[in-house]
Amino acid sequence: MARADRVAQLLAELLRPTGDGEGLALRLVTAGRKTLDVAGVGLSWMTEQGPAGTLAVTGDAAEVLEELQYSLGIGPGVDSSRSGRPEMQPDLEQVDIGRWPGYTSGALEAGVAAVFAFPLQVGGIRLGVLSLYNDTPGRLPASAVEEARALAAAATAVLLHLQSSAGRRGGLHADLADTVLDRAEVYQATGMVSVQIRSSLSDAFAVLRGRAFSSGREISDVAHSVVTRQLRFTAGEM
Amino acid sequence: MVSREVRIGQLFVELADTLTADFDVVEFMHELAEACIELLEVDAAGLMLLDLHGTPRLIASSPDFMRELELFELQSDEGPCLDVIETGQPVTNVDVSGAKERWPRFTAVALGAGMKSTHALPLKLRDHLIGVVNLFTRTEQHLSEEDIALGQALADVASIGLLQQRATQEPSLLAEQLQTALNTRILIEQAKGVLAEHSGLDPADTIRLLRAHARHLGAPLQSVAESVVNGELDPMDLLQEPSKTGDPDQHD
Repeated sequence: MARADRVAQLLAELLRPTGDGEGLALRLVTAGRKTLDVAGVGLSWMTEQGPAGTLAVTGDAAEVLEELQYSLGIGPGVDSSRSGRPEMQPDLEQVDIGRWPGYTSGALEAGVAAVFAFPLQVGGIRLGVLSLYNDTPGRLPASAVEEARALAAAATAVLLHLQSSAGRRGGLHADLADTVLDRAEVYQATGMVSVQIRSSLSDAFAVLRGRAFSSGREISDVAHSVVTRQLRFTAGEM
Repeated sequence: MVSREVRIGQLFVELADTLTADFDVVEFMHELAEACIELLEVDAAGLMLLDLHGTPRLIASSPDFMRELELFELQSDEGPCLDVIETGQPVTNVDVSGAKERWPRFTAVALGAGMKSTHALPLKLRDHLIGVVNLFTRTEQHLSEEDIALGQALADVASIGLLQQRATQEPSLLAEQLQTALNTRILIEQAKGVLAEHSGLDPADTIRLLRAHARHLGAPLQSVAESVVNGELDPMDLLQEPSKTGDPDQHD
């Protein structure tokens, strides 16, 4: 089947009312996990600056890995979004240790052996990344790669569809806004740290990431400490 | 040969077909560019659409040579199209070689492509500028008022086609809008953090300061947030405002 036909079919299935109240993004990753027969599927925002939050996830390990990638700002999804091409890692044990410090070891610890990331983009605009996770090493069959590409295209359409019904110009659809609100403390902490260390926001974010990495905590956890004023950074921290 | 009026009529009939699902707006714009060349006896025509940042983006042009393409594309930086965007008025019968000081790069590329005169007409919907039609001739030919009126009629046809395209939510515009909306939400949270650090308030409580200041300035919340994070706005200015103007609605 041509990919466009498959994408249309996927969307038709997703848009069929089910009455279970699940968001479209969650239905999409759930459907993907089933048809692709993988251990987990995650869908995340990406901006020019890197990961911007998890839109939907299925499978415990997938949740851990999306969080890990967000915390560290590195991983196959980030690379895939940057290059605009799928990033295939059929065996994380074989990945060069310096490529994604902290990410590879964290993934293996969470029981993930293989990651396949597919970019969501419209023209030159990067919107996100769809990641497939497996608990055993091994390549994705060609038919599954094609299906994953169709799924990524359907995910792009879902995001645009949600946004087109957002109403007020410049607003964000409620389903999508929740993703940012989930990370609100991280962005608030970024603002606070930028004042504490008199730096740019991106440097402040890097400091938070560095602390998360060196202390083995999630970035949202470090951010919570900053927002509740249990943790401060000083200018020498950089 | 069909008369100009008949050809315009044909284009309007085609425009009526824009309501069908399979309408290809880029193809239609391309046809309009060719109609400009044919009816106004110019040598190159480009239709540009403003993106969300107000920058002109080439959507269709004729002929499709590289040199002509560059001629249109470089006008996001300089050239007559920017004048039209600024004033909303047509810029007609511009002598290219006389514009060297004002638009050095534009002039060099235009002369390199053998173009001697240029004209730029606004694409308008009611009072709202949505793009520019840009025309070039290889001779120093001046367009008559009748020519310009005809060119403007073609531009109006293009405007309606573009409106149709916007209505069907062209994916890349929507994607850009989505990306902007996402970045705005993040920016507002970051600004709350900056204010929290300066004020000692809980970040969640600073949104009312941002809102009150936005209302005070009559500016959008996002631009106040942007000024706070890039340091253009002194956080103390926001903190000193009377809190009674604040909005009790905390959710954002």
